[in-house]
Amino acid sequence: MGGGGSAAHFGGMNGRQPSSNRGGVLRPRDRSGKLNWFKYSSPQTFFPLAGKLVPWFGALAIAACAAGLYIGFFRAPTDAQQGEAYRIIFIHVPAAWMSMFLYLVMAFWAGLGLAFNTRLSGMMASAIAPTGALFTFLALWTGSFWGKPTWGTWWGWDARLTSELILLFLYFGFMALQAAIDDPRRADKAGAVLALVGVVNIPIIYFSVKWWNTLHQGASVSLTKAPTMATTMLTGMVVMAFGFWFYSIAAVLMRARCIMLERERASDWVVEYAKGPA
Amino acid sequence: MSWGSWSEFSAMGGYGFYVWGSYLVTFGLVAAEIALLALRRRSTLARLRVHGSAARDER
Repeated sequence: MGGGGSAAHFGGMNGRQPSSNRGGVLRPRDRSGKLNWFKYSSPQTFFPLAGKLVPWFGALAIAACAAGLYIGFFRAPTDAQQGEAYRIIFIHVPAAWMSMFLYLVMAFWAGLGLAFNTRLSGMMASAIAPTGALFTFLALWTGSFWGKPTWGTWWGWDARLTSELILLFLYFGFMALQAAIDDPRRADKAGAVLALVGVVNIPIIYFSVKWWNTLHQGASVSLTKAPTMATTMLTGMVVMAFGFWFYSIAAVLMRARCIMLERERASDWVVEYAKGPA
Repeated sequence: MSWGSWSEFSAMGGYGFYVWGSYLVTFGLVAAEIALLALRRRSTLARLRVHGSAARDER
């Protein structure tokens, strides 16, 4: 999205193509015909775009989750070792992937906001945090419900579980820190520093099952090796992961729109928008 | 995987509590997030309509 704007585009906006920002309305393409990503870094132009995208991603999420659940419950075979308990995998693994992925995206937006001081970046980072926290909680919750029948315990202080719990606290810390600072721009900056420092936890979670001898099983799916599971199981998991991914985009855009309205409430476009039919 | 009956499906081979305990909480919380977001949007817009002119003055 807006992250695609390179330094060249940024410099272009400041100097070479000032006309693209005349009158406060950024056109999608400047005179040279290059796409101006900064058009969408303005809340005013991003707001209607996000509004158009939400129902599409919502529909995609429902379709992917329905297909994933069908594969997971009616196509995937019973696991030889774990019986039907393993079917938790179809939400556990996608939720855990999303918890880490959303953190990286949040930190990316936060870092972009620190570097370029664009308003939208901070809004996006704030919009991602609660959904990221939700998926982190769900990864822990479903893991617990999986651990009890297979390991005989709801919880253990193993490296994977502990680092995922730290991820939940990082999300909570980010949200609490932002909520504690009245000025949204300063809250964005403080939150961004926390988010960027916390990125170190992501590789720790990801490689924890490799670095330490953990209770948690090793990765069933890795980027470098063939997956060690039945194809239908893997398909169900990946389709559910896409469902969660589309859901996250829809939820984050919905929240970003609320944040835009709240933060930009003094601007003309928000006043005009609020007047119209909801 | 073909299930013989609904009760067999809901029992999940004796792991029903764990499987459904995971799925219900997941989709319950997802539904709650969407409901809260819809509510937030509505209350934000309602506040903007009431205080819209005031917000302009404070600028």
